[in-house]
Order: sequence, then C-alpha cells, then structure tokens
Amino acid sequence: MTVIVLIFLYAPIMFLVIFSFNSSVTGANWMGFTLKWYGELFLRSPDIWEGFKNSLIVAVFSSLTATFIGTMAAIGIHWYKPSFRRYINFNIYAPLIIPDILMGVSMLMLFVSMRIRLSLFTIYLAHTTFSLSYVVLVVLARLENFDSSLLEAAMDLGASEFQTVRRVIIPMALPGIIASFLLSFTLSIDDFIITFFVAGPGSTTLPLRIFSMIRFGLSPVVNALSTILVGGAILLTLLGRKFLKYILAGEG
Amino acid sequence: MKRHDIYTLPILIWLSLFFTIPLSITVIMSFMSSTPYGGVTLPFTVGNYVEIMKGRILAILWRTIRISALSTLITLGLSLPVSFFMATSKWKNLLLMATIIPFWTNFIIRIFAWIFLLGNNGMLNNILIQLGIVKNPITFLYNSWAVVVVIVYTYLPYMILPIYSAMEKFDFSMIDAAMDLGATKIRAIFKVMFPSIKGGITAGILFVFIPALGSYAIPELVGGRDSVMLGNLIAWEITTARNWPYATALSNILFVSTALALFLYLKIQGSDGK
Repeated sequence: MTVIVLIFLYAPIMFLVIFSFNSSVTGANWMGFTLKWYGELFLRSPDIWEGFKNSLIVAVFSSLTATFIGTMAAIGIHWYKPSFRRYINFNIYAPLIIPDILMGVSMLMLFVSMRIRLSLFTIYLAHTTFSLSYVVLVVLARLENFDSSLLEAAMDLGASEFQTVRRVIIPMALPGIIASFLLSFTLSIDDFIITFFVAGPGSTTLPLRIFSMIRFGLSPVVNALSTILVGGAILLTLLGRKFLKYILAGEG
Repeated sequence: MKRHDIYTLPILIWLSLFFTIPLSITVIMSFMSSTPYGGVTLPFTVGNYVEIMKGRILAILWRTIRISALSTLITLGLSLPVSFFMATSKWKNLLLMATIIPFWTNFIIRIFAWIFLLGNNGMLNNILIQLGIVKNPITFLYNSWAVVVVIVYTYLPYMILPIYSAMEKFDFSMIDAAMDLGATKIRAIFKVMFPSIKGGITAGILFVFIPALGSYAIPELVGGRDSVMLGNLIAWEITTARNWPYATALSNILFVSTALALFLYLKIQGSDGK
C-alpha cells in the first residue's frame, strides 16, 4: 500500500523530469536526449525569471516580517496573558481554517475599496498575513516546553526584560523560529490562489507565470523548470530536515 | 492595555487590518449592487443572495461539496495505512522525507504533472497511439474524476503528515497488550489506537476538505464543464464579470459552508468521544 502511494506521489513528477530531456517539441513522445529546453529556460525565458525574482522578493520580505511579528506574539501569548486574547486567537486560527480563496477575495476587496494599486507590495501584505498564523503556532509549540520559572530565574539574576528576551527566550525558541521562517518562505513561494487575486499587472509571481503557461497546453520548458523546482524541494527537505519536527509540532 | 501587550500589539494591528477588516468589507459588499462599470453602489439589498438561491449556483455548490468530500475520503483511506506503515517502519525518517518532497514541490507543477501524463497530447495517449491500441487520443482529463484524482494527489501529504505525527506518538506495544488480553488485531486498532490518533485524523480531514472546497486552479486546469466548482465561479465573477457584490456573496456562501462543515465535524467528533 505504502509502495503504491509512493509510486502515485512520485511517478507523475518523475515523468516530468525525464521528459525535460526529450527533444520532441510535443513533449510527451520520446525522440532522444537533449538539453535544449534548459537552454531555452535559462537563456530565452525572461518572463519566467522575472516571476522567479518577484516570488523571491515577496517570500524573503513576507517571511521575515511574519517571523518577527509572529514570534513576538507567541512570546506575549505564552508568558504574558495579553488583553483581547479571544480576539487575537480568532485572528490566528481563523485564517488557517477558511479556504485560501476567501482570503484572496477579501484582501482584494480591501485593496479595491481603499484604492490601493495591486503590486508586489499587496502580494507582500497578503503573504505576511497568511504566514503569521503558522509562525505563531510553530513558535508557540516550541515555547510550550518552557515554563515561567525560566523567566523568573533570569529576572532574579538581574536581567532586564529586554535582556531576558534577547539572551534567554530567543535562543531557546530559535529552532522554532527558524522552522517557522522556512515554513513561511515555502508557503509564500508556493502560493497560487491568494496571489492570483492580489497580483496586479507587472507583479506576476512564478506560480502565476507557470499557470498562464500551462493553461493552453504542454510546454517542454515547463518540464525543465519542474526539474529545477523538484530539485529545489529535495534540497529544501534535506536542509530543513532538522527543523521538520518543530513544524510538525506546530501543526499537530 | 497592559504593559506586556506590546508583544501582541503588532499582530493585533496587522491581523485586524488585513484579516478582520477585509472579511467585514466582503460581508458588507455582498449586500450592495454592482454598477455597469464594475463599481459598487448602495442601497443595501439581499438581491445577490436571492439570485444565488434561484439559479444553477446551488447545483455548483452541491457539486463542490461532493467533489471535496469524495477527495477527502479517498485521501483518508490512503493515508491511514500509509501513516501506520510509516510510524511502525524502521525507515520512518526516510519515508517522512519522501512524503515531504512532493509537499514542497510547487503546487501548480504538481497539477501540470497530471496534464503531462493524461492530457490529450500527454504521455499516456502518446504511448497508446504508438502501440496502436487507439487511433485518436482519449480524453482522460476535463471531467470531475480528473479533478478528484488531482485533489487527492496534491493534498495527500496534508493528510498523511498530521496522522503520521499522531501515530508516531502512539505506543504500539499497547496494541500487543490489547491482543494479549484477547482483543483481535482489528479491535485493538479501533479501540486502543484510534482514540489517541483521532486528533490527527480530524486535522487531516480539515486540512484536505477545506482547501478542496475552495479549489480553483485544479478544476480550472484539469476539470471540464461538468466540474466547475464554486472557486471557479468566484474567480470568474471577479476577473471577467467584475461583479464584486455577487462574487463576495458567493464567497460568503463558501465561508458559511466551511463554518458549517467545521461545526458539524467538531460536533460529531465531540459526541462520539464521550
């Protein structure tokens, strides 16, 4: 059963990768080995690279913002019983359980009614928003391991609150913080549907670009791109292996 | 305000501005009317909702729920044995990574993989034609079955991961203990293991069912006329028809369906736990 499921998960991707080296233009009929689609991808596909650059910019800034705001919130929630706790909880959990398309539509309505021009900046705002909930949960899951005695000890030893946060809490929470950054980054790079609604002309991200390329049929250049993205996913999985358990702790 | 509220102040402001307020705008706008030039206008009306309840939209809503429920069931059926095998395997870390890699591969690329495999010019059709089995390509895609298969494919890791994560914490010697005490293996699994992994199963079902309800890209790319889902309709109203009040009314229907599904599920989950 597991083998069948693994084949089901991998076979489609494997065929994509194998056929990215196929010289036939129709793509799905094997005609011999070639690297020309990679040449096409790297040298003659400025649109794809533009999308890639946009995706990268949004992912870096949105995951940094979300990790910063989300970590602060997790610290506040875990140790300091904040005011408006129910309202804050609603805002953290609700985005996780409503379909993404709703978030896309509602953010678009906000931007439209406030006359904010759609651009990379609106995508950044949207991505930060959906990443925040994940950051809070992952960092909170890490903080659960530590109770308030630790803070009291630091304070008793004369640390100021700022020092306690910087020297005690942040280092302790660090695996969770890194894990939540990686998660936010991946969610941002991968997001299609929310971006679809809040992207404007000239702010096409990579998933949007691929979507418009494959809408009307097969393209061997997309196969070549897939190989690179699958390679990226493998690399990310290997690099992020250490932090995986912190991500799972937050989601479980 | 307390002094320590400074920690939660940024998230409070951010999520109010970009989550609560947008949702409220969406609700308000759904009670307004559209102008011929793509704007919105007063007075408040329930016209959009009346329009929805009248037409073919109900059929689309029902289909959306059906496709999502079926995909969720299949995903669950596949995930339970796989997670069990993973959690009890010697190579669990390797298997875990094997499930994560597709999860971290771009969503649109994973849809493209199926178009490449099963599309009219796809790999399978090419093989069938070359082997002389068929003359003209078979249309495998562009129907609701294709939508179900691709939803199962793209969301499978979302179901496996929480269930695996719950099973991994489970002490499997408890099953042996139950069997030593005379329970059959099936009974031991249901009575001993199931209660402690229920949280993981709930999470998995919600992680698959709710995004499936809001599907847009999958039915758009591999679905056909018979598999238009609510998400496609919403996107069409926004990008093509530019009827925002109507689109937001549809979104609210999706929101209410999601809330209802969540409520029902938690209710069922809560009642049989006692």
